[in-house]
Amino acid sequence: MKLLYFAWLRARIGQAEEELALPAEVRDVAALLCWLQGRGGGYTEALRDLSVIRVAVNQEYVGRDHPIHEGDEVALFPPVTGG
Amino acid sequence: MIRVQREDFDTGAELDRLAKGDHGVGGIASFIGVVRDPGGPERISTLILEHYPGMTEKKLAEIEAEANRRWPLSASLIIHRYGRLEPGDRIVLVATASPHREAALAACHFLIDWLKTDAPFWKSEETPEGERWVAARAEDDEATRRWQKK
Repeated sequence: MKLLYFAWLRARIGQAEEELALPAEVRDVAALLCWLQGRGGGYTEALRDLSVIRVAVNQEYVGRDHPIHEGDEVALFPPVTGG
Repeated sequence: MIRVQREDFDTGAELDRLAKGDHGVGGIASFIGVVRDPGGPERISTLILEHYPGMTEKKLAEIEAEANRRWPLSASLIIHRYGRLEPGDRIVLVATASPHREAALAACHFLIDWLKTDAPFWKSEETPEGERWVAARAEDDEATRRWQKK
């Protein structure tokens, strides 16, 4: 699974992207966020308040119950501020 | 048409080109977003615009397609910049052409409102105290909700 981080999530996690092997018990977005939160360091700090985290899977906005599969591109970011 | 680019754009030239030769067009509407310096203690020097390459173009194309479904547009254009921008610099151009002004104006308003809450861009400000991420505004979500179909 390819993970991408943007804006202050990237700054806090300390990298823009990484490849991670998906643990068997992580089957949806909610479980992924919970698993990442538990990795400690910048992850825990960046994901402290999940209410401000938006998630896109394969470049589409998704909800917390959206399934995650090995090979997905998953992006985590704060609410957008373009325009 | 969608363009996501670091470079500036020539507003006049873009608007002239938008519906050139299409004599069915009766009006062209446009919105130009520029970097604002709020002044006072919030003074900013530089804005950095980051985006999600790939998803940005995809979302902008979806937004443009939705505008074309809702209004009879002859042409439409979204140019959004990224990278380092100074106060006064242009950030975004939205332009729509239609046989009649109502459709052009409404579609242009829709596009900029929707883009602000749907296109994956993030702004950070370089301030004398360091980098500061711009927070999303509830007013922007409200502006987008106005266009949601009941």
